[in-house]
Amino acid sequence: MLTIEDADIIQGLRRGDESVFVSLFDGYQNSLLRLAMMYTSDQQVAEEVVQETWLAVLKGIQRFEGRSALKTWIYSILINRAKTVAQREGRHNNLTLSLDEQPESNEPAVSVDRFHPDDDHPYPHHWLTGPNDWGELPEEKLLSDETQKVILTAIENLAPNQREVITLRDIEMVSSEEACNVLGISESNQRVLLHRARAKVRQALEMYLER
Amino acid sequence: MDEHDLTCQELVELVTEYLEGALSETQRKRFEEHLTNCHDCHNHFDQIRHTIRLVGRLAESHLSSGAKDDLLTLFRDWKKELPEQEEPES
Repeated sequence: MLTIEDADIIQGLRRGDESVFVSLFDGYQNSLLRLAMMYTSDQQVAEEVVQETWLAVLKGIQRFEGRSALKTWIYSILINRAKTVAQREGRHNNLTLSLDEQPESNEPAVSVDRFHPDDDHPYPHHWLTGPNDWGELPEEKLLSDETQKVILTAIENLAPNQREVITLRDIEMVSSEEACNVLGISESNQRVLLHRARAKVRQALEMYLER
Repeated sequence: MDEHDLTCQELVELVTEYLEGALSETQRKRFEEHLTNCHDCHNHFDQIRHTIRLVGRLAESHLSSGAKDDLLTLFRDWKKELPEQEEPES
């Protein structure tokens, strides 16, 4: 399960090698902060959660058995702490609840009014107004700061469980299996959440890019 | 399972399962066949791929954090409490 790289990092930390800790910190700090910000909008609170996470990593490293990837383990510690803090703050207190719920199955990825309704067309359920080719948009528009802001806002507005999945999968590039482990959800549940999340971000982008 | 061709409305709901490799061989073939023949669905699929790419760019945005010095102090304190070292610091 452990990569050679992970094993080296763990050995380094166990013997108290500061350079190993510094490179781990540099590699993870930004991601940890971003993940913590999923649960609190207060950056100071997020920083505290991240700091507590690092302390827990140091304290736990001797006992870490490597049954999950190092990254999964660190992310799990962070997410558990961030959830506890968010609940204490009384924010996002529907998070735990919504995680256990089955994802809403009747939420279409693309609005139904974009398609020919039943039976009134030789091609029912085909596009009424087809999507545009974003490949024709100027790359600087796609990569602009404003586009980034549109995406950030869309992600912030997602249901918490959808936000968790898209952040882990598409920003932090965590594998599907690891994301399921960290969040304690099934593969199929995760796919539905990811599907809804990407669909909503796509919709927000469409509204912005094609207005 | 019925054998009809995928409609566009059905295809858009299968995009993530397709990308995650979660479709059966038959479903995957039907998906790809539809995509090859349907310009609109091809554009939709392409928009999703753009979306994934653009979301991924958020990883490059750096959140300022002045935590490093605090953390290093914390690390050095922690290190003092480590059980005996194999080789002492030079």
